[in-house]
Amino acid sequence: MAMDPMILLYALIGVTLGTAVGVLPGIGPALTVALLLPVTYGLDPAGSLIMFAGIYYGGMYGGSTTSILLNTPGESASIVTALEGNKMARAGRGGPALATAAIGSFVAGLIATLALAFLAPHIVKLALIFGPREYFALMVLAFVTVSAAFGDSAIKGLTSLFVGLFLALVGIDQLTGQARLAFGVPEMLDGVEVTTLAVALFAIGEALFVAGQGAMGADKIEAVKGSVWMTRADWARSWKPWLRGTAIGFPIGAMPAGGAEIGTLLSYAAEKRLAKNPEEFGHGAIEGVAGPEAANNASAAGTLVPLLTLGLPTSATAAILLAGFQQFGLQPGPLLFVTSPQLVWGLIASLLIANVMLLVLNLPMIRLWVKLLTIPKPWLYAGILTFATLGTIGMNPSPVELAMLLVFGLMGFAMRLYGYPIAPVVVGLILGPMAESQLRRALSISQGDWTTLVSTPVSAGILFAAALALVVPMILRLRGRGEVLSRLAADED
Amino acid sequence: MIRDLRGTGGRPQGATFLIAGLLAGLGALALWQGFALPDKGGYAGMGSGGLPKVVGAALMALSGAHVWAGLRGLGQPAPRVSPAPVLWIVAGLLAQLLLLKPLGFTLASGLLFALTAAGLGKPLRLTLPLGLVLAFAIYGVFDQILQLHLPAGWIETLVFGG
Repeated sequence: MAMDPMILLYALIGVTLGTAVGVLPGIGPALTVALLLPVTYGLDPAGSLIMFAGIYYGGMYGGSTTSILLNTPGESASIVTALEGNKMARAGRGGPALATAAIGSFVAGLIATLALAFLAPHIVKLALIFGPREYFALMVLAFVTVSAAFGDSAIKGLTSLFVGLFLALVGIDQLTGQARLAFGVPEMLDGVEVTTLAVALFAIGEALFVAGQGAMGADKIEAVKGSVWMTRADWARSWKPWLRGTAIGFPIGAMPAGGAEIGTLLSYAAEKRLAKNPEEFGHGAIEGVAGPEAANNASAAGTLVPLLTLGLPTSATAAILLAGFQQFGLQPGPLLFVTSPQLVWGLIASLLIANVMLLVLNLPMIRLWVKLLTIPKPWLYAGILTFATLGTIGMNPSPVELAMLLVFGLMGFAMRLYGYPIAPVVVGLILGPMAESQLRRALSISQGDWTTLVSTPVSAGILFAAALALVVPMILRLRGRGEVLSRLAADED
Repeated sequence: MIRDLRGTGGRPQGATFLIAGLLAGLGALALWQGFALPDKGGYAGMGSGGLPKVVGAALMALSGAHVWAGLRGLGQPAPRVSPAPVLWIVAGLLAQLLLLKPLGFTLASGLLFALTAAGLGKPLRLTLPLGLVLAFAIYGVFDQILQLHLPAGWIETLVFGG
């Protein structure tokens, strides 16, 4: 199936779009997939899902370009790349920085996708013995790691998460059919659409935030001077960080540990410690680009492991991808490997092909992508908002839906202003109802006995891990006050 | 970039208390809904009202945590925002929301584009025609070719027929 020309076309569209949105500041892969959901409603499910996954991979490639040339990361997983990458570009070594990012992404994407293919059947076998209580425990773990384990404040993360869970309550309860928090408005009986929330928080919130910053100074784009090819010394310094970045990024993406940025931070720290010439860090060390860029692609592939095998999204983009599966009536999880094996394996095979496409798109054609950065911000954000609302209008052209878009957009703006993370809201909205039904199913089986949740070693262990993930970072913050983040901030000028 | 947003005096704790109030409001709403629903828990002992109660209690606790942070002076530093561009964009979204049904996609979305770009610094005499042309093109591609159903107004009916 992966070699079908139509499927290849979908993959090509996906990786091209993904690279473009990765390059453009202000829109990321989560938003792009959310925008495309209504448009792809009538299209081929396999092709659409491959396109979405291509967007996810492409976003990880494209994000590095903006980080290196503009010092403004296109998406959060590329923040670390900006540290060394932009210094290299200022020193006239932008070409090799882009090359090590692209080739590192390719190496990592390839290894991690293969690891996904080898790992998935084993996890599926394991997951088949999971009951409702194990799934509920896994979801609690995902809630905690997405909201409270990282970032600078557990209270802010938990606030975002519970706002998401509150929004998830709106609508008809799946188990009893009772309406909750709908206040008799018919549009609200269907609940809050994931796409509406994601588009509002990501696109409208971001546009308002950028507008609120005031005067639009033109950003300084570093030109790509000379060759984009790496020297022999660059290769020698890059290959180990690529492999280490992959080894760090993949497990972090695969565990419910919340997004690709964590892996990039750890990889950067590891490269800095292992480097033969650590004094170069902060002045454009190629290892500091190669490692984190490999790590973010490896964690993108890693995120697909819990998503495909357990139906568990661990990042905002994964949550939107899950909504994409559900739109086509597919529920990711162990059963999907049994009921539609050709779809799952076609998707994984297409990712390998998408990776090759991305390498071609990102190395020889890099100057073309840089042109995207010259679009003036007023046109860029006006265009983003027009397309952002287009998706919602196409799905449901009602003033109530657009009003929700505006309200959530203002909420996203306020959350950005005051430093509340966005992803936990989206994950709470999509995972909330799933966790609720698993919990109520587990309690039904045990006839209302809550100790059932800790009555097997697996579920007790996962819940214990969730408790650790909540408490340990809180203690660390009280002692060291987010040491890793402050060290990174100190490295920037 | 984040550092630029900080340090504009004023009443730095005001926002923290406002957020605490909003969280308490949402929490009260969820708690009210949780207790108002007739209990159909069945064997589970937890029905539709169960999760609203949990979420409501958690939101109340988070509201309390915000009040505590505000009283201890750990709250949000007031960020600096230039209100004019933000209001332009909100006006654009409101205009689209109100005009979509009566005037159709092209005019409503064209206006959103025009007001957003104008708010970010381009002159309206430039952004308005460009927005209308773009929105009309989007209607043509998505409604006519990709079969996405977009609301038609008099312009769309005039060009593409009813």
